[in-house]
Amino acid sequence: MASLKELSMKEELLCGGHRACAGCAAPIAIRQALTAVNTDVVVGCATGCLEVTTTIYPFTAWNVPFIHNAFENSAATVSGVETAYRALKKKGKIKRDIQFIALGGDGGTYDIGLQSLSGAMERGHDMVYICYDNQAYMNTGIQRSSATPKGASTTTSPVGSAVPSGKRQIRKDLTEIMAAHHIPYAAQASPSNWKDFTGKVEKALAVEGPAFINVLAPCRLGWRFDPAETIELMRLAVSTCFWPLYEIENGVVTVNHKPRNKKPVSEWMKKQGRFRHLFAPGNEDLLKEIQEDVDRNWDRLLAREAMG
Amino acid sequence: MSKRVAITGNEAVAEAMRQINPDVVAAYPITPQTEIVQFFADFVSDGKVDTEFVTVESEHSAMSATVGASAAGARAMTATSSQGLALMWEVLYIASGLRLPIVAPVVNRALSAPINIHCDPSDTMGARDSGWIQIYSEDAQEAYDNLIQAVRIAEHPDVLLPTMVTMDGFIVSHGMGNAKLLNDDVVKKFVGEYEPEHYLLDVENPITVGALDFSDWYFEHRRQLADAHTKVKDVVLQVAKEFKEISGREYNLFDAYRLDDAEVAIVVINSAAGTAKTVVDELREKGLKVGLLKIRLFRPFPHKEIAEALSGKKAVAVLDRADSLSLMGGPLYIDLRAAMYDSPGPRVKMVNYIYGLGGRDINMEQIAGVYDDLMEIAKTGEITQPVTYLGVRE
Repeated sequence: MASLKELSMKEELLCGGHRACAGCAAPIAIRQALTAVNTDVVVGCATGCLEVTTTIYPFTAWNVPFIHNAFENSAATVSGVETAYRALKKKGKIKRDIQFIALGGDGGTYDIGLQSLSGAMERGHDMVYICYDNQAYMNTGIQRSSATPKGASTTTSPVGSAVPSGKRQIRKDLTEIMAAHHIPYAAQASPSNWKDFTGKVEKALAVEGPAFINVLAPCRLGWRFDPAETIELMRLAVSTCFWPLYEIENGVVTVNHKPRNKKPVSEWMKKQGRFRHLFAPGNEDLLKEIQEDVDRNWDRLLAREAMG
Repeated sequence: MSKRVAITGNEAVAEAMRQINPDVVAAYPITPQTEIVQFFADFVSDGKVDTEFVTVESEHSAMSATVGASAAGARAMTATSSQGLALMWEVLYIASGLRLPIVAPVVNRALSAPINIHCDPSDTMGARDSGWIQIYSEDAQEAYDNLIQAVRIAEHPDVLLPTMVTMDGFIVSHGMGNAKLLNDDVVKKFVGEYEPEHYLLDVENPITVGALDFSDWYFEHRRQLADAHTKVKDVVLQVAKEFKEISGREYNLFDAYRLDDAEVAIVVINSAAGTAKTVVDELREKGLKVGLLKIRLFRPFPHKEIAEALSGKKAVAVLDRADSLSLMGGPLYIDLRAAMYDSPGPRVKMVNYIYGLGGRDINMEQIAGVYDDLMEIAKTGEITQPVTYLGVRE
């Protein structure tokens, strides 16, 4: 495990000059992830913010081979690249060891790309899929996804006089869905806990076969917060147990971080404009319900860990 | 050099794929293509190919993985039909836009609704503007030959375009016919090794594939795609010439059958050409000057050559096994009429027959009836009905 100083000395594989917003967590997360790569790597990415901000022709921010195909097929595309690698290595046309990372936002992963991801994981390709989860379709302008938390106001789940709640549905638990594929490694991480995250990427790359990491990636425009506070927003998501850090290695659950003082989820929500309406009179029950959801999920996770 | 066998279209295509021995095949089963996937899976399991076979969960992923494999530097193939091709739609355009020389047999089948598993080329006709080269085949022999040639055409450095090779579902895919297959080593030498210039797995020279073009670059890249299509015709002819040397079989941009001195002609595509040629022979025996033009390369469309071949005819009927629903006839007819607009000499009278949708048979009497209509048009110079639905209950 490298120190932060050592990691900072490594060559940037996703370099500056890209057009992501100030305070965007996606490039932070992916740069961190790439510091854990110690071999050659090929990266694929779904259509989305990360892709459009890093590959505006005739420029590219990628110092590694990179492929973008379409929105819903990052996993299928990289499964093709990885298969080509095995074929050409077998023939002796490729000599080097190469790793494969597929990327997608929550839109490209939880929703439109779920089938492609499920297929690639089930087939057992030796690749790491990293979802940067910013909890809505941010690239098209903050539309709700199945990763959008209950209560969030988005442009397709807006708060209105008839719907004072914002999004009514609970978010999909994608990390659990991936774990249910019985892949060797699935984890949830946050760039605020860099050591945990980069360690998870190292583990994911080291396993033979597919691995999945779901990483929280606050979007300052969609979540509506001060761009200086991106990392703080991640920390609060972790310390309120809204975004537990955990991993599932060959079916064994380990909770990597247990906050000594679990904060109320409202502390995380208060800092975000998308939840502002929930703090107006009349939404107390919904706030309570959201806290109960978080508590139930956290308790269930601890119970699963205890089961071994 | 080659062996004569009784073989179905699907077997012939699977044999061609085995002999091509691509690095990667990613495919999903769909009637009537399914057998190709099964035969190929057997080749993989029995160690008869070096191919890595990706058993994807959908045709969308089949084309997506094929794009990934091709961009990575592999010779990559897939195969599909009908709804499967429709599900690949989005990625078809990406494959051509990225200039990836993927080769894919497509077994023509009608599109839903109503759901139907039998042949009509509505599926590939709908993909005609996707930037893929399209080569149509009359029988198993042609499907086999075209698929082998397609590898060389797609990968030619002047071209670098994905290529689909079609044949009719069931009639050809499951119908037993005679074909001559080449020896493995002959095909291996003919297709050669795929050596891409730029590819993802060349990690020392990293490239970005699938970048975002704004309005300052998109148009230029699409223009380059059109330019690549202008190179296809010469490459198709060159590859056909080389293929004749190894097979003795002759291929052209299209097949002109007893056309030179014909006064009236039918334009036809895929398996119905076989039936129509028999009708031509019978009518010729009666002294009637009838001929036939069978489409082979449909995209890009060799419009000048076709217009030249049909110029001077008194009347031409285009047989479409697909409808465009434009009320201007089927897709083949619309293209043929556009091509003939610039043909030398007097305007050729042209009519359209839409037949056989969903695999309904077309018989010799019906085709002879079309020639009767043409001779009437030739005599009177009048067209009473430009578009006719042939063999349907009205």
